[in-house]
Amino acid sequence: MVGILEDKDRIFTNLYGLHDWGLEGAKTRGCWNGVKDMLDAGSGWIIENLKASGMRGRGGAGFPTGLKWSFMPKEVKDGRPHYLVVNADESEPGTCKDREIMRHDPHLLIEGCMIASRSMLAHACYIYIRGEYVQERERLEAAIKQAYEAKLIGKNNVNGWDFDCHVHHGGGAYICGEETALLESLEGKKGQPRLKPPFPAGAGLYGMPTTVNNVESIAAAGTILRRGAGWFAGFGRPNNLGTKLFCVSGHVNLPCNVEEAMSIPFRKLIEDHCGGVRGGWGNLKAVIPGGASVPMIPASACEDLPMDFDALRELKSGLGTAAVIVMDKDTDLVRAIARLSYFYKHESCGQCTPCREGTGWMWRVMERMATGEAEMKEIDTLLDVTTQVEGHTICALGDAAAWPIQGLFRHFRGEVEDRITSYRAGKPHVAGHTLVAAE
Amino acid sequence: MSVRRLAKDQPDSFDFSKDTLKKAQWWIAKYPDNRKQSAVIPLLWLVQKQEGWVSEPSLRVIAEMLGMPVIRVLEVATFYTMFQLSPVGRVAFVQLCGTTPCMLRGANDLNSVLKKKIGEPHHLSKDGNFSWEEVECLGACCNAPMAAINDYYYEDLTPQLLTQILDDFAAGKSPKPGSHIGRKSSEPKDAVHTLTDPKLYDGSAAKKIVIPNLPPKETNPKKAPAA
Repeated sequence: MVGILEDKDRIFTNLYGLHDWGLEGAKTRGCWNGVKDMLDAGSGWIIENLKASGMRGRGGAGFPTGLKWSFMPKEVKDGRPHYLVVNADESEPGTCKDREIMRHDPHLLIEGCMIASRSMLAHACYIYIRGEYVQERERLEAAIKQAYEAKLIGKNNVNGWDFDCHVHHGGGAYICGEETALLESLEGKKGQPRLKPPFPAGAGLYGMPTTVNNVESIAAAGTILRRGAGWFAGFGRPNNLGTKLFCVSGHVNLPCNVEEAMSIPFRKLIEDHCGGVRGGWGNLKAVIPGGASVPMIPASACEDLPMDFDALRELKSGLGTAAVIVMDKDTDLVRAIARLSYFYKHESCGQCTPCREGTGWMWRVMERMATGEAEMKEIDTLLDVTTQVEGHTICALGDAAAWPIQGLFRHFRGEVEDRITSYRAGKPHVAGHTLVAAE
Repeated sequence: MSVRRLAKDQPDSFDFSKDTLKKAQWWIAKYPDNRKQSAVIPLLWLVQKQEGWVSEPSLRVIAEMLGMPVIRVLEVATFYTMFQLSPVGRVAFVQLCGTTPCMLRGANDLNSVLKKKIGEPHHLSKDGNFSWEEVECLGACCNAPMAAINDYYYEDLTPQLLTQILDDFAAGKSPKPGSHIGRKSSEPKDAVHTLTDPKLYDGSAAKKIVIPNLPPKETNPKKAPAA
């Protein structure tokens, strides 16, 4: 057997699209089975079981899903409808898991939307999918149409909870993955994050109580309830329970998405599923373990590393979306991070000054670091600026722009210093320039 | 942030085609009656599908349709980078992903191919048939490097494969999207060792089941009030 999770315990059984994505195929694989019983058991039962399963949100922050659902008001008051919004604006570099759910197992997502909506007394759900996912959107819309036609959702459906599911799409802005920016965008505005509080559970979409969840968290809900919270909680280390989709990209022999148990050792994940690091395990240089926003970790920390929230936090990194970007010894790490800095500069929404100005500034300095053209003392200035951006913005994009740079210098400062030194080495001495100019 | 401005040369007017108008109304119907503004991004997208790009007159038409100020539509059109504010290649508009996961697997080589075959980014080729730009992460990192051509993803590319695809477009063919090294999606190539258990697909999962941990029926008064 490869990995540590058995096939019978996988939630996403059509991850690779080798089987029918449609309603019939999904039902054969167990989707929609027993949903009416779950809905009949009521809101409190769903939330209690989700809490007991230990599911932590799969969108990056790792907030307990059941707890999040419990923040919604317990009754619908003053004609203010509740909304569920699914965050399918998957744009974190390295992450490509939600895409596979939406195009290969869309019914798991729709089923999850219905269960989540029941638990938070919502009758309408919007799935906000990123604009570039055109094929995925077409597939999801087709699946929703199937579900309406089979009366699984809609008014007076067979499951006994009126529920409408709509797909909405974005316009190619990374920032709309932030929940309040997503709500702004869904309301037809620029995607600029809102100040919190009020939190979306109090005033979200159109000012109504709203919960925003990641696709993977929602799509897993049905199977968790079907198999029991105890089953899900049987995987992983305490506080890091369940199964998780890992997206492994970069310098591995077989880049792929794979569902594995939480806390799977990094080396096992890479060698069992991804054909190992390009050039062998010894050729590993560094890993970005949770999508571009988390700091990288060096190869030396990866040997027995369990891939979960807590273990990676101890290394001052994070599991994020479990998007593992592997970099081998041929990688120009400084260039790789400079490219990420450009990404954040491009995607800053421009609302908060530290981020709008800081991301551009950091990118320009990183570009010079990548060529070696920078001054040695600029390294400390750069790190100082990262701490001035980090934590001083409305949303976490400022942090996300700062952390990759901090991670680079935490583990590979010597590499940048060498580059600056060697850039100077072949150039004329500065004093010589002055002499020439004076003549 | 990126600075984005409307193109200098603008058409005099814009009209929805019958088909686009129908789609626009379908989108507007998704939102509560007094929240039509929500449809602005989908409508801009429909305009782009119809015209190839988003022109200034179209912003006015959308504003009127959704009952919102023109400046708000302009704001949205310039904020979201997916909207093309000037014409793009008629036959193929290539959006190459250049962010780190794709870069690590050779996106820079593809960049050179596009420069050689089409020219500078954001410029139309001489015949107006091709244009390209580098975009930020498109979310297909396990199939890197990749590019979106006319909205669909072409994955697992090499310079040779991309050259072939561009040549095919130029020859009037429509190359198939998806992986170009024979993968179905993001599975490990030729080495799928998971999801092979036939029991997952034989229908046994669809048999009637008893949901675990359900509360006994009679002691279930806590059922939340239907809203």
